[in-house]
Order: sequence, then structure tokens, then C-alpha cells
Amino acid sequence: MCGVCGCGEPDGKATITVPGQAPRPVSEEHHHHHHAHDHPHPHAHAHDHGRTVIEVEQDILHENALGAARNRGYFEGRGIVAINLVSSPGSGKTTLLEKTLAALKDKVPCYVIEGDQQTMNDANRIASLEVPVVQVNTGKGCHLESDMIYEAVRQLNPQPHAFLFIENVGNLVCPSLFDLGESRRVVIISVTEGEDKPAKYPDMFHSSHACIINKIDLLPYLNVDVEKIKAYAQQVNPNLQFFELSATTLEGFDAWLKWLETLIPQKA
Amino acid sequence: MGIVRIAEAEARKAGAGTVRRVEIRVGMLAGVELDALHFAWPMATRETLAEGAELDVEIIEGRARCLECNQEYSIEHLFDTCPHCHSPFKHILQGKELSVKALEVG
Repeated sequence: MCGVCGCGEPDGKATITVPGQAPRPVSEEHHHHHHAHDHPHPHAHAHDHGRTVIEVEQDILHENALGAARNRGYFEGRGIVAINLVSSPGSGKTTLLEKTLAALKDKVPCYVIEGDQQTMNDANRIASLEVPVVQVNTGKGCHLESDMIYEAVRQLNPQPHAFLFIENVGNLVCPSLFDLGESRRVVIISVTEGEDKPAKYPDMFHSSHACIINKIDLLPYLNVDVEKIKAYAQQVNPNLQFFELSATTLEGFDAWLKWLETLIPQKA
Repeated sequence: MGIVRIAEAEARKAGAGTVRRVEIRVGMLAGVELDALHFAWPMATRETLAEGAELDVEIIEGRARCLECNQEYSIEHLFDTCPHCHSPFKHILQGKELSVKALEVG
């Protein structure tokens, strides 16, 4: 069971699938490595009624944080820009990604990690664009973790100076707690989700670098003030960068692409 | 579950067969729903070395230092503003903790 949100099941394992191949479980091997030098040695206190107290002082998200640091080091070493795309289910992550890849893939090598509870649907959509992709299926799990990213990246074996897009499981709560080692976290909210959404899900907006407000082509049919969405989001994170766009009509898309292009380190 | 995994590993290292109590530190800003944690605890520890163990939670209040006027203040939410100058820019001093403090084994 996930210790943070209670998701998952005792024998449930996430799987990684390359389109066209058999699924493989995410290896648990690094979970069992519990190195003594990772944390201060625990102290045992005097016995009392046959009981001993051991000081532990260990961060619960420690293992994920270690994996994230390892991923981050790998990405920095290879000049890979990893983007963690997070949102509620149905905000338009996959369509946004399809359009982004169509624009970028001939200029910069692109790789994708798809995260969903079940199905290969999203990975298959990306695969049809001829972009290398792996699908992580979390089963009962509701978020991606850094060890899943590590395994997926090993499968993808990306070239240096590439984009790695990670489409997280649709969930505006739990993914905010799990650092994947990404270079940037981008939260996507569509105009149909309610103006005060950022205030209701502050952790996700607080931990993101940029916010895409999607489906602006629907604004004529809605009673929504985009400025209010931005104001709520800025209350939670004054440093958020906003992109208002439509992944279907491509209105506003250029600003998003330009921002992505500034992230790729210039080759020496 | 991170807590259970840590507890089992430490208990094994100490050569103990059972964990009786787990003390954890949870910051109010850490994103932990305490009711859910207490509810899930018996299920998460079932069939582990920590089955039946008590869960003691030390709650850490959120505190921040305003980056504009340098005053320290208590915060309940990440987006609270400085009560003195109303700036949202802050350095979080405490409240995001999520760790296992100690175990009682035996």
C-alpha cells in the first residue's frame, strides 16, 4: 500500500510496457536496499519490560527522494530535459502532448513515459507518432514514483540533449508529493474545471513551475474568467508561469513551444 | 507503505521480532490527511512486523518567514499571506516534515 495516500495493494506491482512487447514489473530490488549510511545510526534506549526504543529519524518519502535525485543527476549529465505533466483526469494532457511532439520531434529527440492505472491507450497514441514511448501501468496506484521513472528510462535509453515528457497519472493530489527527478513540473487545468481549482488543490500548484490553461476554445460557451483561475493559482504560487492555449485549435501554442525550446541546453 | 518498511527494517536490524509502537512526525503542511492515516494504519500493518503496533503522531505546526518584511508567522496553508505586510512570498521554516522518529520494539 502506498504509504502516503493508501493506494495500491499488497501484491500489486506497477508494470512497464513498451508498445508491442510483453509487460514487465517494475523491479522492487532497490526497495530492499536499506543502506546504513543513508541515515544516522539508530540508538537503542534502555530496556523497559522487555521493550527497546530505537530512534530512527528517517524521512518517509526518503526512498522516493533518493530515486528522484538519481534520476535528476542522470538527466543533468545527459542534457535531458524531463517535463512532468500533471493534471486532473481529462484536462487534455495526452492531446497536448501529441501536438507538442508533432511540433518538436523533428527538431529535438523526444521520448515519452506514459502513466495510467490501466491500458496502453495513451502509449499507443504516442507510438503512432513514431516517438519512443513506454507505458507504466500502476494498477491500483494513483501516481508515478521515481523508481518507475528509473526503470522506464532504462528501457528508453534516451540520446543526450533530448526531451523526456512524463505524462503522470491523472490526479491532482498525490503526484504532487512524489518528486520524479524532473527538470520542470507543468500543471494543466482546463477551463471547464472551475475557477478556484488551484485553491482547492494547492500542493500541486505550489510545486509546479508552469501552468497551462487548456481548452480556451470553449470559453465562448462557459461562464469562466481565466484571470480568476490565474489569480487563485498565483496565491498558491506567485512564481507560476502561465500558458493559455487550446490543444485542439493550437491557439496560444507558440508561447508554450517557445518556452520548451528555451529549456534545452545549448550544445557546446 | 514507507512507514511500515522503515519500521520493519529497523526492527530487523535490532534483532527484534515485533514492533509495538511507531512514532512519526507529520507537519501540518505535509499533505497528510491524519484521519486517513489512522484509518489505514491497521490495514497497512497487517501481516507485517508492525501488526498491532500503536501509531503516535507528533504534529508540527506550519511556520514561515516572510521574504518581504522578515517577520515569522504561523501558517495553516501554503498559500497563507503574511499577517503584517500581506505578501505571499515566504520561506517555510517548518511544517512539511514527514518522518519516522522512533520505534518501540520487543
